[in-house]
Amino acid sequence: MTYREALKQGIRQVLQHDQRAFLMGEDVGRYGGAFAVSKGLLAEFGAERIMDVPLSESGFMGAGIGAAIGGMRPIVEIMTVNFSLLAMDQIVNNAATLLHMSGGQVNVPVIVRMGSGIGRQLAAQHSHSWEPLYAHIPGLKVFSIGTHEDARNFLPAIFDHPDPVIIFEYTSMLNMEAELPTEPENVNTHLAAIRKTGKDISLVTYGTGVYKSLEAANTLLADGIDVEVIDLRVLRPIDYTTVFNSIRKTHRAVLVEDAWGSVNISSEISARIMENIFYELDAPVRRLGGVEVPIPYPKHLEDASVPQPADIINLVKNSMRHGGV
Amino acid sequence: MDTTLKAGTAGQDNVDHYTNILYQMQLIRRFEERSAELYTQSLIRGFLHLYVGEEAVAVGVMQALTGEDSILSTYREHGHALARGVDAGRIMAEMYGKQEGCSRGRGGSMHLFDASKKFYGGNAIVGGHLPMAVGMALAAKKQGKASVTCCFFGEGAAAEGEFHEAMNLAALWSVPLLLVCENNLYAMGTAIRFSHSETHLEKKGEGYGMATMVVDGMDVLKVEAAAKQAVDTIRQTGKPLLLVANTYRFRAHSMFDAELYREKTEVEEWKQKDPIPALYRYMKEQFGFSEAAFQGIESKVEEEIKAAIDFAEKGKWEPVEELTRFVHSETQTN
Ligand SMILES: Cc1ncc(C[n+]2csc(CCOP(=O)(O)OP(=O)(O)O)c2C)c(N)n1
Repeated sequence: MTYREALKQGIRQVLQHDQRAFLMGEDVGRYGGAFAVSKGLLAEFGAERIMDVPLSESGFMGAGIGAAIGGMRPIVEIMTVNFSLLAMDQIVNNAATLLHMSGGQVNVPVIVRMGSGIGRQLAAQHSHSWEPLYAHIPGLKVFSIGTHEDARNFLPAIFDHPDPVIIFEYTSMLNMEAELPTEPENVNTHLAAIRKTGKDISLVTYGTGVYKSLEAANTLLADGIDVEVIDLRVLRPIDYTTVFNSIRKTHRAVLVEDAWGSVNISSEISARIMENIFYELDAPVRRLGGVEVPIPYPKHLEDASVPQPADIINLVKNSMRHGGV
Repeated sequence: MDTTLKAGTAGQDNVDHYTNILYQMQLIRRFEERSAELYTQSLIRGFLHLYVGEEAVAVGVMQALTGEDSILSTYREHGHALARGVDAGRIMAEMYGKQEGCSRGRGGSMHLFDASKKFYGGNAIVGGHLPMAVGMALAAKKQGKASVTCCFFGEGAAAEGEFHEAMNLAALWSVPLLLVCENNLYAMGTAIRFSHSETHLEKKGEGYGMATMVVDGMDVLKVEAAAKQAVDTIRQTGKPLLLVANTYRFRAHSMFDAELYREKTEVEEWKQKDPIPALYRYMKEQFGFSEAAFQGIESKVEEEIKAAIDFAEKGKWEPVEELTRFVHSETQTN
């Protein structure tokens, strides 16, 4: 099954499950979805449930928040995370804060899905990795879909969450195929997932980093290095227990993500490791993030601007040499 | 259609002028068609949005502007860039991602820039350039320059908050800004009736107390006449003006679009209004413009595009070591 199809199944499931649920976003209906994720859903559910909206990110995001307060269960699709910046005011100043400002009276059960990621030669305005921006904001639950399993199961699993949920989906993964069990399994919506167990070093990543890291881990295994790959999945609030337990076992950590290196998710995790389990470490925590440049259009420069499996392999080997076991 | 074109005099000046307009529209048309081919061969990557069908707007409006005027555009900007006189080879090299491209390869199809031509993008955030255009016009005003800023955008952009804020500021501050709304009836797959409560877009200008005009965007001579009148008005009054050009794109929104949202018959109907054959027919009738003369334009266009592709092919990939250049300005060492 493709990642795209897995996402669609998740959306269909919640639309069938709850009559209050509806999908709204630019071109989700008649066009067939900007990335064809919602293709066919208009015919299946009708225009009341699959709502095309004008180009007005702040406007329709705010409307989604209002509908959520009003008792509906809107799923707002923002075509790509880049355009969500136009809706940032609604997300930060309303969705994330209303519960607190109302002294717990007004909760906002809105789900925001956005296409994200780097790797399709779309240049700077269509390529950024804004996960850290959203992970910074109290009041939001932020989730990053790095596997097919989560693509299908996360939305139904999180659907009854009472507060705003931001879901990052990766457009470069849409056509990727993977096997999925026929029965949807229950997904834990607050824990990180260990995608590969290993004993030598803990590799912490999320999103497009997951398959890249697994690829690197397989290569490294052939070289005799057994990497544990942790997919954070939930970027807010981060599940440190899983991360720390892994490091208590391996005593080394490498952190990998596409977002720019300074002030990203890895900086935060690195700091928490220092504060909590510093004496478990046999080597300094190492980080691999995006190169600090607006993402360029040409393929070779675009590739060079985000971590690749070869970079991950190098850094893991480098970390293994450090300190000695 | 022919009858709607304003009759001109058969003076040689007129013939040359119309021939040039026809040449420019044909250059854009063929450039776009070749781009689509190059895209299917994966030589151009990323997103590609073609302008086929809308050529009369870019070419007509550009006739009214001087080299001192500034232009801002969208991701569907190859036509505007070509009509502005940005070098076809440098545009093609940009779409290839080569460092000889007009944005050094870093922008690609959606981010064509040529400051020497006062062509300021190429913006892929819908509506993102509208407030910037207000600012550029404001700067011109503050510096006492006579230049007009011209900003192209689609009817889809007119639903964004950015549009409304820009309109208000432009009118409030009285800046010399020509807002050209290219109403091609669709924003990706969303028809105007599903995205605007008031589909007569000029009324949105009226709401801000702004002068407005509407023109048939499939008729290049009408666009030219309207744009000249608009720019004259702006230069005289120093105030902004909204020009709505009704047009149509013959091709899909982008190379990924399966066009599920409109009927083929509708597209065929609009193709009857194709601005290029219309001008050619008019020139035949008015000046006895010949088939051979049209062939002359075709060959010139073909040569230019061939040279552009050649230039792009021969261009170089920027070395990876230069990846982090242009994040900050490089101080000039003398
Ligand atoms: C802020 C923002 N939202 C959404 C998009 C995705 N998008 C790109 S083009 C487009 C349609 C724009 O339509 P219109 O302004 O009418 O211009 P046209 O394509 O018709 O020339 C959309 C929705 C975007 N690039 N930026």
